[in-house]
Amino acid sequence: MNMRQQLVQTVETTMSTDKRLILLLGDIGVFGFRNAFKNFPDRVYNIGILEQATVSLAAGLATLDFIPVIHTIAPFLIERSLEQLKIDFCYQKLCGNFISVGASYDYAALGCTHHCPGDVGILKNIPGMEIVLPGTSKEFDTLFRQGYANGHPTYYRLSERSNSSECNVTFGKAEVIRKGTRLVIVAVGPALEQVLEAAKDFDVTILYYTTVSPFDAVTLRENANCSKILLCEPYYTGVLSSDIITALFPNPITVDHVGVPLKLLTNYGQVEEHDEHIGMTSNHIKKRIEHLIG
Amino acid sequence: MEMKELREKVIRISAKAQEGHIASALSILDLLWVLYDKVLRIDPLNFSLPNRDRFILSKGHAAIGLYVVLAQKGFFPASELENFGKYDSFLGGHPDKNKIHGVEASTGSLGHGFPMAVGMALGLKIKKYDAHVFVIIGDGEANEGAIWESALLASHHQLTNLCCIVDYNHSTDRALQIGDMAQKFKSFGWETCLIDGHNHEEILSALHKSGNEKPFAIIAKTIKGYGCAKMENNPEWHHKFPRPEELPSLLESLR
Repeated sequence: MNMRQQLVQTVETTMSTDKRLILLLGDIGVFGFRNAFKNFPDRVYNIGILEQATVSLAAGLATLDFIPVIHTIAPFLIERSLEQLKIDFCYQKLCGNFISVGASYDYAALGCTHHCPGDVGILKNIPGMEIVLPGTSKEFDTLFRQGYANGHPTYYRLSERSNSSECNVTFGKAEVIRKGTRLVIVAVGPALEQVLEAAKDFDVTILYYTTVSPFDAVTLRENANCSKILLCEPYYTGVLSSDIITALFPNPITVDHVGVPLKLLTNYGQVEEHDEHIGMTSNHIKKRIEHLIG
Repeated sequence: MEMKELREKVIRISAKAQEGHIASALSILDLLWVLYDKVLRIDPLNFSLPNRDRFILSKGHAAIGLYVVLAQKGFFPASELENFGKYDSFLGGHPDKNKIHGVEASTGSLGHGFPMAVGMALGLKIKKYDAHVFVIIGDGEANEGAIWESALLASHHQLTNLCCIVDYNHSTDRALQIGDMAQKFKSFGWETCLIDGHNHEEILSALHKSGNEKPFAIIAKTIKGYGCAKMENNPEWHHKFPRPEELPSLLESLR
């Protein structure tokens, strides 16, 4: 089951047990949610292609103790509606869930208008917004159930690709995948797949973050047993640098990055071609590890 | 309550704080007073009742108008108006729902309050509450695309419990002429009426109407700065505060 299919199953089953949940679709996923439309006609809406008003409308629903879930494609949900997310949800301290598809360059062949590697960095700068990147479908299910009703606005970033191994994840907490001595690798969401392959022959610590905000500084501090950090993020690179430096202050550290470089992605093709061009591959990560370890 | 007294309060607290959009507040003061005095089913002592009516000031910069009315109706002590605009005051240049008893939505960024009101009306309809949502938008605010997204949503979902009052004072005609607002709302599937936004009988009559399977828009013809002769339709006063030496003549020109 891919993440989109898991989204349907998770939201439908949660709606059956929690009458506060209300689903607003931006004219995507309508067929997938056909049973939800039938089973919860008062709480499932194909609201249309008007993301700004949809986010504000959802805030209005949240004031009446509904828990809105808004689902559409990442750039339209986050970049077009940014002020509505900031003011209507974060400033007003309302609970809502924003679930995107089309992470970074998942819609590779559709081009720049449908790419969204900037979403995490943008939202990271809005106090109060929680950001979650599940690495697998099951992880999404776990993280959504733990977080959807916690009173905060939360962004769930779904990916077309999943990690091949499941982790026992907890909302707001990083997982220690393994302990080593030469390097600490911080892997975010679906970047774990390439990290595990790249690091298999090295004596390194791997920390796995599915919640980017709030940042779990405790797990990093407890496990950062050397001064070299490799940060692997599946979006515009460097978003967690400040959190890492702050968490480990005043220790002198070296932070290297693998992620999407800060430029508009104007090519098409396949996801794997983008990976290759920007270095989101296990081979490239392996070279970064070798360079850092020396 | 004498409207002249409310207008004087608006000007005095703005002069004291050296902040506030006086002319915008005076433009909607009659609308606000009739709403809170005669129409809204809300109780300052039991404000959190789920089936209460809701009022949203989507043009949040007119906040001092709302503040003087809320104080007059007992939502907070009138003495708090003296603190308007101070660093630790709960009364700022735009209303904050998490600070002010009686405020339903934090507004200020134009084009946000109206869609929030649509969401509230939809939520009340789903919960089958017999409550109404009233929202005031500005004609300048109607430059925002989200206003028309919201108008479309409200009519599609047949939100007969929603009333949008347009403060049509033509203040932004200099930038973008928006034309016949009643016709525009009609074309988006609303019922509409056109009133004098400073005539209390017309305001009350309009607020008691509602759309038949449609949301209802009241196009209120208003004068920016209404009631203060020196400010009326004078763009200089959009975001200007009286200097101490100006205050006596401004108050003297109040009707």
